[in-house]
Amino acid sequence: MASGFESWLRPEAKGLYCAPGDFYIDPLLPVERAVITHGHSDHARPGHGKVLATSETLAIMRARLGDGAGHSRQAIGYGERLAINDVTVWLAPAGHVLGSAQVVLDYKGARAVISGDYKRRADATCAGFEVVACDLFITEATFALPVFVHESDAHEMAKLMASLAAFPERTHQIGAYGLGKCQRLIRMMRAAGYDKAIWLHGAMKPLCDLYVQHGIALGDVRLVSEATHDLAGEVVISPPSAIGDRWSRRFADPLPAFASGWMRIRARARQRGVELPLIISDHADWPELVQTIRDVGAGEIWITHGRDDALTLQCQAMGLKARALSMVGFSEEDGE
Amino acid sequence: MRDFATLLDRLSYTPARNGKLALMADYFRRTADPDRGYALAALTDGLPFSFPVRQTILDLAAEHIDPELFRLSRDYVGDTAETLSLIWPERQAGEPPGLAQVVETLGLIGRNDLRATLAGWLDTLDVNGRWALLKLVTGGLRAGVSARLAKTALSLAFDKPVEDIEEVWHGLSMPYAPLFLWLTGVGARPDVKDMPVFRPLMLSHPLEEADRTALDPAEYQIEWKWDGIRVQVCARGGESRIYSRSGDDVSAAFPEFSGLPFNATLDGELLVLRNGEVAPFQDLQQRLNRKSVTKKMLADHPVHIRLYDLLEHDGEDIRTRTMSERRACLERWYAGTKPARMDLSEIIQVPDAAALARIWSATRAEGIEGLMLKRRDSAYVSGRPKGLWWKWKREPLAADCVLIYAQRGSGKRSSFYSDYTFAAWDESRSPRELVPVGKAYSGFTDEELKRLDAFVRHNTVSRFGPVRQVEPRLVLEVAFDAIQPSSRHKSGIAMRFPRISRIRWDKPANEADTVQGLKALIG
Repeated sequence: MASGFESWLRPEAKGLYCAPGDFYIDPLLPVERAVITHGHSDHARPGHGKVLATSETLAIMRARLGDGAGHSRQAIGYGERLAINDVTVWLAPAGHVLGSAQVVLDYKGARAVISGDYKRRADATCAGFEVVACDLFITEATFALPVFVHESDAHEMAKLMASLAAFPERTHQIGAYGLGKCQRLIRMMRAAGYDKAIWLHGAMKPLCDLYVQHGIALGDVRLVSEATHDLAGEVVISPPSAIGDRWSRRFADPLPAFASGWMRIRARARQRGVELPLIISDHADWPELVQTIRDVGAGEIWITHGRDDALTLQCQAMGLKARALSMVGFSEEDGE
Repeated sequence: MRDFATLLDRLSYTPARNGKLALMADYFRRTADPDRGYALAALTDGLPFSFPVRQTILDLAAEHIDPELFRLSRDYVGDTAETLSLIWPERQAGEPPGLAQVVETLGLIGRNDLRATLAGWLDTLDVNGRWALLKLVTGGLRAGVSARLAKTALSLAFDKPVEDIEEVWHGLSMPYAPLFLWLTGVGARPDVKDMPVFRPLMLSHPLEEADRTALDPAEYQIEWKWDGIRVQVCARGGESRIYSRSGDDVSAAFPEFSGLPFNATLDGELLVLRNGEVAPFQDLQQRLNRKSVTKKMLADHPVHIRLYDLLEHDGEDIRTRTMSERRACLERWYAGTKPARMDLSEIIQVPDAAALARIWSATRAEGIEGLMLKRRDSAYVSGRPKGLWWKWKREPLAADCVLIYAQRGSGKRSSFYSDYTFAAWDESRSPRELVPVGKAYSGFTDEELKRLDAFVRHNTVSRFGPVRQVEPRLVLEVAFDAIQPSSRHKSGIAMRFPRISRIRWDKPANEADTVQGLKALIG
């Protein structure tokens, strides 16, 4: 209790609770007032009373949760201040997916930043991460092991293009999570010069449409259900669970690929029967986590979820106070 | 090193045999000597060094990372060498070493120089290169490639029969310069005639019903099918080798046959023989896959070779002569040489088709695996030529078992639950329960596979990773060659060569066979 943050900000069964503002951040269970960092379903859960988030996150929640997206919803732009009792709340871009935000809380001269999920590298589908200097930084730790160093976009796209050239008779079926990863992957392919149609599993379509409505052009994307041939030589993006499943039998000798930070580890790729692992992640890798902790200059670090043991060690080695909150309910990347 | 690392990386993610062949063939064509020769060695017989590299890796890791962070990483990754390759700082300082440089250097340096040498190389490589280098140093590539597959890739790359490659293989060594000269059309075929090299075996086809009716026993040399392992004995100038069917040198496991005092290449069956009686296959299993053998093992599991054929003797290759002529040569050679621990495979006198059927029907009762039928006019042709040699295995046994687990196949079958674990009732438990007795992946048609796949999906009761447990209600008739006692299985038995012979959609699970009934079949 020496630093005193616990007197106003603490993990509870329902989630991280800000006492003076009487609201939760990304709560696990339905609450009266919730601040939501981004639209992934382990962070944006249904059934809250009042929901505060970016307009993009609210749109994503409406698309995915319908009436469950909160009884009343308030949009707030990045950097826009909102006073709730004695707490000033504002959001800063987290660079994770469209609309993703860090939550900044200013209370009695102290500042806490809750990162949500984040990454540092450029992403054409969302605003880039912004460093906010703070006293307490509450971070995710999905890829918090030194073995996780995500490759560059260009490197992974070169791999994909080489495979497309080497196997023109096969359908490249890429497993990718439907919110964020799918759209970013499409933009990466476009940036690499791939201008053919990209074929989508039906589950990917609504969020792609939503991204397009928000001004993120995806080029020629079509539904697999509308294809008139076996899509030999084409790229199909589907949920990871459709890899090697019955749905994939329609394709020409499908070549299973998977876009995920986990693909850095050979056993993880082989376990899923992946032939083309693409190391593309929406989360910070180890160097980014360490750099961010350095950048924000906080004296105290809390770790919400992920591989907290390694990051705790690292923070201590950096002379910082670190605490693992071991919060439940957050899934791994692509764990859904 | 870069191309070799890419090859290994791609191989590790390519499950299909044809995919692996294409990758290797492409590499062998594109890569210059001597790199490709070293790669070939790494993929086949292995490299002539193997460092106890674990401690070196830990020492190298300790130079860069907190030991606890390394431990956490290693626990997650599950492989020490891969972990080091992942955490090593990305420097790519300077030109990476070539594969030849790596292999030749490792052949020269001692253990004490390993750490500094590796560190220097790791600094120049990317993550794949670091992984491949560390795999190479440990001597265990585990790329899912057999020596035979690598040789097949060579055959594909340079359009030469794989048998020709196998025939010169054991007379050559790393980095195989004469081999590549020959394959690329620059040099002559390597001369191996004074060396105890492997000559690819002639294999048989299973005798199907249709072939059987057309067959005239008078045209065939008929022998018992012995249940051991097929070997080739090759002796030349006091040096001798035992090769397995696939051309692997297994001499070290069978010192009984070292330094054989004759010049000949023989085809035969390796058996454990006690007082003239052939011991069950499990006895022979004790002797397989060993780098060295104890005196006790030699005494308790004495091996013997039952000779089938003579390919060559005293420099004269007789493979183009007929079976009958070769048999006569074999008998003359045997009478003149009197080799220890060898005898001749008996020729069964079969006057007509009725007698053949009668003899075959009795094989199971006699404890024999079946019959071999070899055309008397057949030359010794490597590979599996059509219509010359037949194996007629004894009638399989069958049991009704209950499907309990299913797992997806690979490649074309990756979306189908095509690998089945089946069970029988164990009556020694009260109440009786189903205990797994075997696994099968074959025997059904594509249509049946679709129905089985649908059954698995609709009757899943739980999942463990890739495995589905299904409600135990579908009976599978399983055909198998034999039941063996096994201490590794809960049921206490193991099936040899099981396959699904029928799907009994009609039969209730409680009428399936019992473990006790299967145990009674142990022969």
